[in-house]
Amino acid sequence: MATSALSPRQPSPTVAQPPRERISSWPLADRVCYWLCWATGVALCLIALAIVLFMLVKGISYLRPSLFFESPAPSLHQSEAGGFLDPIVGTLIVTAIGTAIAAPAGVAIATWMSEYGRPSWLARAVESAIEMIAGTPSVVLAIFGLLVFARSFFGFLSQSASDGQVTGQSFFIAGIVMALLALPLVVAATREALVQIPARMREASYALGKTRATTIWRVLLPSARPGITGGIVLGMGRIIGDTAIITILLGSALRNQGVGSVPVLGTLRGFGSTLTSYVYNDSPAGEGNAPQKAYAAAFVLLMIVLVLNALVTRLTSGGTERSRAWSWPALSWMPWTR
Amino acid sequence: MLGALAVAVLALIGLMVVTVVINAWPSFSANGLSWFGPGGNVVTQFRAMQAGTPLPNHQLLYFRAWPLIWGTLITTALAVLIAIVVSTLAAIFLTEFAPQPVRRILEPVVRLLAGVPSVIYGLIGILAIAPWINEHLIDNARRQSVAYVVQLNGADLMTATLILTVMILPIMISITTNALAAVPASWREGSAALGVNRWRTMWRVSVRTARPAIAAAAVLATARALGEAIMLSMVSGGLPFAANPLDGITFLFEPVQPLAATIIKEFGGQQTGAVAHTIYAIAAVLLVSAGLLSFAGWAAKQPLKRYGIGV
Repeated sequence: MATSALSPRQPSPTVAQPPRERISSWPLADRVCYWLCWATGVALCLIALAIVLFMLVKGISYLRPSLFFESPAPSLHQSEAGGFLDPIVGTLIVTAIGTAIAAPAGVAIATWMSEYGRPSWLARAVESAIEMIAGTPSVVLAIFGLLVFARSFFGFLSQSASDGQVTGQSFFIAGIVMALLALPLVVAATREALVQIPARMREASYALGKTRATTIWRVLLPSARPGITGGIVLGMGRIIGDTAIITILLGSALRNQGVGSVPVLGTLRGFGSTLTSYVYNDSPAGEGNAPQKAYAAAFVLLMIVLVLNALVTRLTSGGTERSRAWSWPALSWMPWTR
Repeated sequence: MLGALAVAVLALIGLMVVTVVINAWPSFSANGLSWFGPGGNVVTQFRAMQAGTPLPNHQLLYFRAWPLIWGTLITTALAVLIAIVVSTLAAIFLTEFAPQPVRRILEPVVRLLAGVPSVIYGLIGILAIAPWINEHLIDNARRQSVAYVVQLNGADLMTATLILTVMILPIMISITTNALAAVPASWREGSAALGVNRWRTMWRVSVRTARPAIAAAAVLATARALGEAIMLSMVSGGLPFAANPLDGITFLFEPVQPLAATIIKEFGGQQTGAVAHTIYAIAAVLLVSAGLLSFAGWAAKQPLKRYGIGV
């Protein structure tokens, strides 16, 4: 019986491939909902397109090559307000400091959590702590940074006013607090990447007589590299885009004002600006009110963020897409979802 | 050694909570629970603290945060309500209806919306959306009707809410989509086998199963909306005015100023102790609420574990 039912003579049952149902046969309410879904999807695309096009048009019409090489100058006339050389340098400095701290720390914490994780209550507590950092508004992180670093003990990181009060505002401090912003992203990405490494890789390494530390350093971290890099780039994007920490911890100067005579160290200890704070200060909400400059700088900022976004997509797609057909690999890279 | 670093993170969290709360304490202890209540103009209170001259019949740290709390509540609630509907529809679309090419476009689009810095959202809001609303949606009669308390200029509750909605959509879409996609295929197939069409299967089986995830998404989005400072300080009107729902439609055009935006606005005066303590108090409120919301988001997701769906 069973064999005859499966014999090739029989027309193959169509159960596996149901006939494509027609939307028009649905009840009206269901059809409305179906089209609402489509409308939502299209609307999201249109919003994104509108944002990019708007910034593109405004950005290109106000962007001049000279803007990249001139320092900002406070002026009533936009044409004399200078360029945004200092903000670009500032963004680079803050991103470099933040990433330099967040990347090693994040990878180390994630490695500990996924490879050691003993005692387990401690691992769970650390996990919640990381999640709590991720959930803390950046403006609160900034206030916390100010409270910690505006003490004479940390005076070497920023500058002191004439009455000996430490300002707690400098590139160093902004960068350090920015590291907190990027840390959860690096941790989440690294953990994700480590979890996806098959157990046989570890076993093979142990079978060859390698110690745990060697296995982590020579086997696991190299194979997790694309994921880790993706997380770091995501963290950089977050650092570049954040404004609240900059306005609070870097002062609202337009130019990078160094302290003392030591060239590099002096700049790092001084006030300054980044692209985000430059946009904020030049918008009608800030003091500068030079919307054309704000548009141009915002365009540059958006382009940087878009490039980083594309980079993350390239780094993290590939491989995972086929293995998790129903899941949604790219979006699972948004760290808040974990 | 790695463990020590992990413990350092724990210590850091503890330090953060303790430092912020200790520094906020003078403001809370001076005002008691009425800190959260209504009473007077927030701007006058800040100016008095900055000048060091207490308001008549009050102490220097006198502060009533209700207009700011109201601003936070109303922007967040409106944005999250709109976003729940939109994100659920978008997630259904992504998991069920979108053809592969459309999905391939929509996915980066959602990530792009998540990646745009808040200052750019704010810039678009204040230079494009607010002037447009001011010109086209607010007529003179409406302006006159509230002219005795507040001036309408397009930087208002509506602009703030709309942009905030767009900003919290990506996180909600991603959580909901992940949950919908994790619903066991056999459940949906069972429904389809009974002749239920794709929308009803989605709605009655997948969405119903994923309800905890939608709740969690809403809670986490609330936490994000709560902490959004820069965009809101740019577009919400920058006037700590408790917009009044009884004003009807005009309500949407009244300015608000949420808590986080206030930190940015008043930060310039932080050299004077009283202003600083008040700002730290606002930060403490935000920190505690964000912590509670993180926990609530975690708790909301627990029912899903029963189905073996880890989201």
